[in-house]
Amino acid sequence: MNWPAIGSIYSHEMMRFFRTLMQSFLSPVISTSLYFVVFGAAIGSRIDEVEGVSYGAFIVPGLIMLSVITQAISNGSFGIFFPKFTGTIYELLSAPINFFEIVIGFVGAAATKALFIGIVILGTSFLFVDLTIQHPAAMMAFMVMTGVSFALFGFIIGIWAKNFEQLQLVPLLIVTPLIFLGGSFYSISMLPPFWQTIALLNPVVYLISGFRWAFFGMADVPIAASLLAIAAFMAICLGVVWWIFRTGWRIRS
Amino acid sequence: MAMVQITDARKSYEGGFEALRGVNLSIEQGEILALLGPNGAGKTTLISAICGITQPTSGLIQVGGHDVVRDYRKARALVGLVPQEINLEPFAKVRSTVEFSRGLFGLKRDDALIERILRQLSLWDKRDNSVRELSGGMKRRVLIAKALAHEPRVLFLDEPTAGVDVELRRDMWDVVAEMKRDGVTIILTTHYIEEAEAIADRVGVINKGQILLVEEKASLMQRMGQKTLRIELTDPIDAIPSSLNEYALIRAEDGGLIYTYDTRAERTGIGRLMADLSEAGLHVRDVSTAQNSLEDIFVGLVAQQEDAA
Repeated sequence: MNWPAIGSIYSHEMMRFFRTLMQSFLSPVISTSLYFVVFGAAIGSRIDEVEGVSYGAFIVPGLIMLSVITQAISNGSFGIFFPKFTGTIYELLSAPINFFEIVIGFVGAAATKALFIGIVILGTSFLFVDLTIQHPAAMMAFMVMTGVSFALFGFIIGIWAKNFEQLQLVPLLIVTPLIFLGGSFYSISMLPPFWQTIALLNPVVYLISGFRWAFFGMADVPIAASLLAIAAFMAICLGVVWWIFRTGWRIRS
Repeated sequence: MAMVQITDARKSYEGGFEALRGVNLSIEQGEILALLGPNGAGKTTLISAICGITQPTSGLIQVGGHDVVRDYRKARALVGLVPQEINLEPFAKVRSTVEFSRGLFGLKRDDALIERILRQLSLWDKRDNSVRELSGGMKRRVLIAKALAHEPRVLFLDEPTAGVDVELRRDMWDVVAEMKRDGVTIILTTHYIEEAEAIADRVGVINKGQILLVEEKASLMQRMGQKTLRIELTDPIDAIPSSLNEYALIRAEDGGLIYTYDTRAERTGIGRLMADLSEAGLHVRDVSTAQNSLEDIFVGLVAQQEDAA
């Protein structure tokens, strides 16, 4: 492993993030506050409690997941798409590093940024609601796994995308609906039975459920199923990355 | 042992197009090789295959004795590449993008080295500028600085002076000369023949994915060079006397004669021509000779290949 080179890619990617630190920091704080105002105060005042947790607190795990997933995908995809777009990818390809080292550098940076934002949102939440986290270690582990696997997913999108439209396509058409329908703002048990069954096909349900369990000790699906879901998703992404590495698809013609 | 050894390298694309059709090439350490070829000849594909940007379909490519596919880390560590296109991150600062290139090779930060490179390329004053603020020529310098940041032993310059002003071209040649003094092997592709004539030790001609010829520049020009002898006459003539038919002379515009001869031939026929001229009653006032340029040789080779195909 060429760790110094991985470190170079990682810090190069992080530099862009630090250059715009205020934006990176402010935008999640503002958007989270808005969510709390709209969902927590306006709607939440009519919902009261979900399974013994105040609605304001109930949506915190979903809000964090929403941002971690979208940020991981957008950072992961943009990170590798940009060198493809500007042509600087020649440098990565002609350096004495292999594809996995490139992946670790880019995905590591994308996941780090997503986690940073997840933590900022968590911090902001404390300003709005009373929150105690029952399993902090599990909470962190879930967040890290989610950040890493969706950054990987984003990386694959970034390799696949031939233009900016395609870069936006998958997040917009597939991921955002999955997240919103994944129980970010409600419990699956609130849905009619038919839609409950449909919802169980949505992988994001398992992530948010597991994450919520780490906070409040309650879940829509068994925690083991949540762990399995995230592990399976990560395995699939790794498999695709491995295949890209083997074939040089859309990188080494 | 050769610094770069290419054995029967082939590259074909999905559509069946063969960009490289069995390239064999051996490049010695410390030499400057110019690869000449028209657009689409396979120059960039060949460089890409050596540098790891594209995977050769078959054949063996070695740099410093290391297979560029199996032993890519050792091979690529030796190689620096200046691409043809200006591929730079627009928002990056000059110094940091050059430092990044060094980091990608897994090397420790070396401020003194980076400063030396930037100064050598007259980029030091621009070190804190972002790339997009630079002129086209300056951007090309940044590309070179990036390629030099890991102190390569083999440097590939893909069309380094395409669309570059005269001053930068001279600077670039100076940099190349300095690297050669340090023992760096340099391969440059170009379709400016004058560039090859100016700086190369050897010249390779590539067309349609095949190397047509690789030879010392001087011997190439001598071996293949045809010379022309211009003969100025005291009394210009309107027609060439038929007694001189065997020399295939051309009447020059000034009424003189032009004789083309092969320097490779055992006899150039100049002595006999002079005697025959005098016999025909023509008085020679002055003579001058001119050697064919690489361009003529190059065009001749490519035309030969077209004829053969």
